[in-house]
Amino acid sequence: MLGSLLTGSTIFGLEFPPIGDIVKWPAAFGEDTPFAFNKIALISIIALIVPATLFLLAGRNAKLVPKGLQNVVETSIDFIEKQVVLPGIGVEGMRYLPMLISMFFFIWIGNLFEVIPTAHMPANARMANPLVLALTAWVMFIGVGVKHNGMKYFKDALFPPGVPKALYLLVTPIEFLSTFLIRPFSLAVRLFANMLAGHILLVTFSVLCITLWSASFLAGVLVLSFPMLVAFTGFEFMVAFLQAFIFSLLTAVYIGGALHPSH
Amino acid sequence: MSALTHAVNTVLQQAEDPADAKAAAAATSAGFAYGLAAIGPGIGIGYLVGQAVQAMARQPESAGQVQTTMFLGIAFTEALALIGFVVFILLKFV
Repeated sequence: MLGSLLTGSTIFGLEFPPIGDIVKWPAAFGEDTPFAFNKIALISIIALIVPATLFLLAGRNAKLVPKGLQNVVETSIDFIEKQVVLPGIGVEGMRYLPMLISMFFFIWIGNLFEVIPTAHMPANARMANPLVLALTAWVMFIGVGVKHNGMKYFKDALFPPGVPKALYLLVTPIEFLSTFLIRPFSLAVRLFANMLAGHILLVTFSVLCITLWSASFLAGVLVLSFPMLVAFTGFEFMVAFLQAFIFSLLTAVYIGGALHPSH
Repeated sequence: MSALTHAVNTVLQQAEDPADAKAAAAATSAGFAYGLAAIGPGIGIGYLVGQAVQAMARQPESAGQVQTTMFLGIAFTEALALIGFVVFILLKFV
């Protein structure tokens, strides 16, 4: 029984699939090579193409008074500008708007596939996608800091001014860890763990509903568990948006901090 | 804590194979890993959102700014719970 932990486990006739079955997908081609193309890669490419196509279509013949698709796209740009760039960086952060919009839409569309029927797999529930995004944000904020403040950026980040000299012994290692190591790590883990947890939650309730459907008199419990599945699907729809928003907001805050490291 | 050691010891005595014993200990502690990691952030997020709601009720005109800051705070607080979740996955499945 204990050896079956890795191969899924059965509790009261409820068989939960092993973790590999719900996050690993067979490759369509190129198995065991770096070019393996599976469901995650397909979703990532869709998440890349859909917003790009939408923005290109909307911007092809832009009118002064927007309507239709242009209206939708301008609203989304406005949202990122008002909710992410201005609170995170400020007015001088407008030049980073395109990057933050691409980041937001790539994460959001990738996350949305968690609740889209027949797909049911968030692209960001595998560590590779959030890791690359977090490394992009990491390179970005260090690059911005160095570009705008030169080597003084590292001096200000590691030796914050206004601290007694002796305390640098304590402050500098903490600042180094939190700014340059924990920031990208927590950025990646936050997105990854949220999406994986949501995915496992939905899988658990789906498995429960399917098992109850074929259980004789216990099928009555479906009255409780099926509405929960529907409610959690709605909740994950919200989480997909919220995580994309928080990821881009934190990237904006880190860039803003690198622009003005002294405060 | 004694409940944890007791549970681990009980499972350890029942298992014969060392690999099984390791898997059993990992499975037992995995639940504790996430459960304990969720306490702090749970309290923290509750306090944070409560204060944010209070701030928004007192000054409705600054609701937008408070909301953005609240989401930032939640993101930072939540990170610990999520690391606990990752530890759970690592203990249980790896």
